[in-house]
Amino acid sequence: MILASNTLPDNSGYVAAAYLVFLALILVYVAIMAIRLARTERELVELNADAEAGEVS
Amino acid sequence: MYGKGLRTLSIATAITLTGALALAFFYAPEDADQGFMQKIFYIHVPMAIVALCGFIAGGIFAIQHLRTGDRRHDLRSYVAIHLSLILAVGTLITGSIWARASWGHWWVWDEPTLVSFLIIFLLYACYQPLRFAIEDPERQARYASVFAIVAGAFVPLNFLAVRLAQAYTHPRVLGSTGNLPSRMQLTFYLALLAMALLYITLWRYEMAAKNVRGQIRKLRRRLGMDVVASRSAAPQ
Repeated sequence: MILASNTLPDNSGYVAAAYLVFLALILVYVAIMAIRLARTERELVELNADAEAGEVS
Repeated sequence: MYGKGLRTLSIATAITLTGALALAFFYAPEDADQGFMQKIFYIHVPMAIVALCGFIAGGIFAIQHLRTGDRRHDLRSYVAIHLSLILAVGTLITGSIWARASWGHWWVWDEPTLVSFLIIFLLYACYQPLRFAIEDPERQARYASVFAIVAGAFVPLNFLAVRLAQAYTHPRVLGSTGNLPSRMQLTFYLALLAMALLYITLWRYEMAAKNVRGQIRKLRRRLGMDVVASRSAAPQ
């Protein structure tokens, strides 16, 4: 840790925080999109099951 | 079809973004005055520029919606504004971190650039509540478009007003990048391109997702009718 803090430039924590904020925003966005994609997939499965049930009857 | 060419666009975005980050940390020289913390510049400024351009794009799509009555333009406007709002959050947070590192304060209230950006952000933060407060889809789209046009026109006006302001602490970026050393300039332009590509990729990704959901809804309605029709036509 001491060695790392000696080699890192000044204010590197602020720079890391700024880039992490950007990364976090992208990750949250992708996570929300993934949840929506899962919902869409579920709807498609239901739709497929409905279609099959319609064909059988 | 918004998914067409999305894979190529995603790969191009990933390469450009990685390249921009690599240049920011390993190629661009450290700023003589600010040192290492100036690296925030390569993420903060492109995010702000792309967010503001996205708000204007939302306004342009809204104009197209009102002119043609085509609901797809309204959806394009909505997604553009929604993504710009996310980038605006990023701009405010990274800017605040940079302000703390550079000026010793998280926020400076008498700085026109900061306050004007916050006003734009708060203005657009009202867009979604306004939109979803209206139940009738036709009216919702029309009112949202009017809002997007008025707010979109406010963005460049606000930008000009800030440029004309006399007292400021925040550095000017557009029009003053000529003062940057060539290595910093190249890194900045690549970062800007990467952010623009990321915005376009996410916009198309979300539009494709919304299009798929719309198609599923249509199919569900049709299938629901078909099932009912086939049941009623079936022999008893």
